[in-house]
Amino acid sequence: MSRVGLLALGALAVACVLPHLLGSNYAVNVVTMILFTAFLGQSWNIAGGFAGQTSFGHVVFFGTGAYASTILHVSHGWSPWAGWIVAIGAGALVGLVIGVLSFRAGLRGSYFALITLAFAEVFRIVANSVEFTRGGLGLLIRADPRPENFQFRNPIWFYYLALALVLASLAIAFWLTRSRFGAQLAAIRENEDAARALGIDVLRAKTVCMTISGAMAGAGGTFYAQKYLYVDPSIAYGVEKSVEMLLVSMIGGAGTVFGPLVGAAMLMGLGEITRASSNTQGLSLIVYGVILIVIVAYLPDGVIGLFRRRSGERGAPRA
Amino acid sequence: MRRVLEVKGLLRAFGGLKAVDAVDLDVAEGSIAALIGPNGAGKTTCFAAIAGFVRADAGRVVFAGQDVSGWPPHRIAAAGMVRTFQITQPFGRLSVLENIMVGSYLRTGDRRAATAAAEQVAVQVGMGAMLATPASDLTVAGRKRLELARALATRPLLLLLDEVMAGLNPTEIGEIVDVVRDIRASGVTILLIEHVMQAVMSLAERVHVLNQGRIIARGTPREIAGDARVVEAYLGHGAAARLGGGGADA
Amino acid sequence: MLSFDILLAGVINGLAAGAIYVLVAVGLTLIYGVLHIINFAHGSLLMLAMYGVYFLFRSAKLDPYMALPIVMAGSFVFGYLLYRLVIGRFSHGKDENILLITLGLSIIIDNAALFLFTGDTQTIDVPYAGEIVAIGAAFLPVAKLIAFVAALALCAALGLFMQRSDLGRAIRAVAKERQGARLVGIDVENVFAVSYGIGIACLGAAACLLMPSFYVSPSSGHAFVLIAFTTVVLGGMGSFLGALVGGFVIGITESLGGLLLGEQLGQIGISLIFILILLVRPTGLFGGGR
Repeated sequence: MSRVGLLALGALAVACVLPHLLGSNYAVNVVTMILFTAFLGQSWNIAGGFAGQTSFGHVVFFGTGAYASTILHVSHGWSPWAGWIVAIGAGALVGLVIGVLSFRAGLRGSYFALITLAFAEVFRIVANSVEFTRGGLGLLIRADPRPENFQFRNPIWFYYLALALVLASLAIAFWLTRSRFGAQLAAIRENEDAARALGIDVLRAKTVCMTISGAMAGAGGTFYAQKYLYVDPSIAYGVEKSVEMLLVSMIGGAGTVFGPLVGAAMLMGLGEITRASSNTQGLSLIVYGVILIVIVAYLPDGVIGLFRRRSGERGAPRA
Repeated sequence: MRRVLEVKGLLRAFGGLKAVDAVDLDVAEGSIAALIGPNGAGKTTCFAAIAGFVRADAGRVVFAGQDVSGWPPHRIAAAGMVRTFQITQPFGRLSVLENIMVGSYLRTGDRRAATAAAEQVAVQVGMGAMLATPASDLTVAGRKRLELARALATRPLLLLLDEVMAGLNPTEIGEIVDVVRDIRASGVTILLIEHVMQAVMSLAERVHVLNQGRIIARGTPREIAGDARVVEAYLGHGAAARLGGGGADA
Repeated sequence: MLSFDILLAGVINGLAAGAIYVLVAVGLTLIYGVLHIINFAHGSLLMLAMYGVYFLFRSAKLDPYMALPIVMAGSFVFGYLLYRLVIGRFSHGKDENILLITLGLSIIIDNAALFLFTGDTQTIDVPYAGEIVAIGAAFLPVAKLIAFVAALALCAALGLFMQRSDLGRAIRAVAKERQGARLVGIDVENVFAVSYGIGIACLGAAACLLMPSFYVSPSSGHAFVLIAFTTVVLGGMGSFLGALVGGFVIGITESLGGLLLGEQLGQIGISLIFILILLVRPTGLFGGGR
């Protein structure tokens, strides 16, 4: 097996035993959130990194997934596991609709980023104002930690679930680097007109990409809701999550398979450090903002690009 | 002889200006044809309209017996008519091989097959040694070749080459001319826009001359070179007379 | 349906708010028109300017209207340096980069504000805060009336500057034809920085006009970003007239939306307008293409 393959297998083994090695539930929760953030970041990465469609409103898929499963569970008694499937579908549907609307209108670059922001804002306002989301009060999931309720007494199970999600997302990203669809997305990212000239149905490819990305983020929404047992409009549709999804991918390496994972580890790690040193809000995000600018200015391939350059390889793998 | 491309009455106006004014154009299967004309004649607009990148205001484009007027560009490309761009449009951060693979992926979904096909095309245009080079690192000549290779990888019936020789030195031109000939030999029809007369003369079997949006002359390279109207289009009114009369061999 | 009087009051309030949106939008559209960048940090910078006004009032007891020249000058310098040292230097001219850099700036500014000033909202208490003026059936706080007049005056001044002064001409030249401007010897980088500075100076002015009747908190940036962009997109990116019309339309929409749908849902009108414009006519009412 290749060196990279061995490394990956080793990392996987470590990941599997990690929660047992950590002392506290707190530590397990931290690594769980690292994995979860990496998963969400990967969903952004599919659209923003691989296809080059920078979205500022990706939280809209996350929030829709969270609300979908939570409403079904709390108001209609559905099992959260079944609701999870619906959430994935809901995320996909919203991705499809936003994709079709935006791309048919020919929106790209900054305009696309802005319209995704606006969509998220619309959803937030609606969620804040309608009955079935209980508006600003939010939805509370009754704590009943049994596996069939998608709740676990031991947080280690959320860890393994997050690990599974991350592995799935890595698989999807890896598939993109080795498939025709991924090559199409890379071409679209680099030069849309040239992509068209080579027979690529750009509209279709971008829309499918948004659908996949939306489905993933929707899945993340349910996970989050079930872990924290509470959803409200600012959690579900607040711009902070959109920014986090973007930061994690950009800093780790947009368009790479492991970028979001690296980014999530860095960001969460940084967050823990700043939280330990000074209990004030906002400090870690200031650092993230600075890092983002540094990345854009000097390291467009993110932290992963740093490694590639050192080892002499070309920039991040694409098609 | 089958006509792989028939353009009738193509019209494209920008405001009041007719960039393409009722252009008729036929290209015989398996041939190499050229579209020439002074700067601003409307050649690239013609290509753009034929290949679907620009909506024609009037006229019909029939490709391989099918009316493709109004088709979106990706559909036309998938049908077998592929254009290159005057200002090269590489996929900058992808390698040469990955660039070409985007083309070969049109015909197969399998990665290994696409890779093999792309490598073959790369060798055909003389880029076999640069497969891993990032496209943004290529010279102008390299980019032109890459543009050609990418289009070729889609296994087109008809290649629309837009000034593929521009910016090349005489040696490079000679090399590309050979490549184009090879491409034709493999069964691809070619229509090229060119300014480099050396290439036009040695490659084209039939030349169409465009000036101010209209076709002003058609014929073999030799006929065109001697045509007074063509000389005047390039060199100005009365130039033909000053140069010793129309009809004389150039 | 609401009575005509209430609607009229809503419109008048909307116009008053709209004037400030015009000022904010003018800066944004200038930046877009000249630099072709969408300044995502616009909302955050407004928030920063508002804090500036707040602290000037708190420490120096400086009335915001008196502070106008100072805040505008300070904002101009801040914007100029921000462009010269950060945006211009790091974007390497690429659009996607600039978008992310301005996003990064907004993250930094928003969270620096959170860190430094905490999440509390702050207001300033000017002596005339309570005074009301009657306009027909509507009652308008004096501060808003002053804001309305001042905003329009500043826009007119800016318009004159752009038309008559040498620098204004240079800016318009660069906006129209960058390369050409370079060729005739205009220092384009400087014009970029100046234009960005002017855009931020407009925010400084808006901050002075807003503070007497409004509040500031670190999240104010977010609130204004969408409004600013909707205004500019509605009016047309790069169009002054568009910013003018757009600002008032948005102001009235927000006001009437709030009346008809309630405070919460009323905000949706703006986002929906934004989405609609982008989908249907991205060049806006007066924009001439991207």
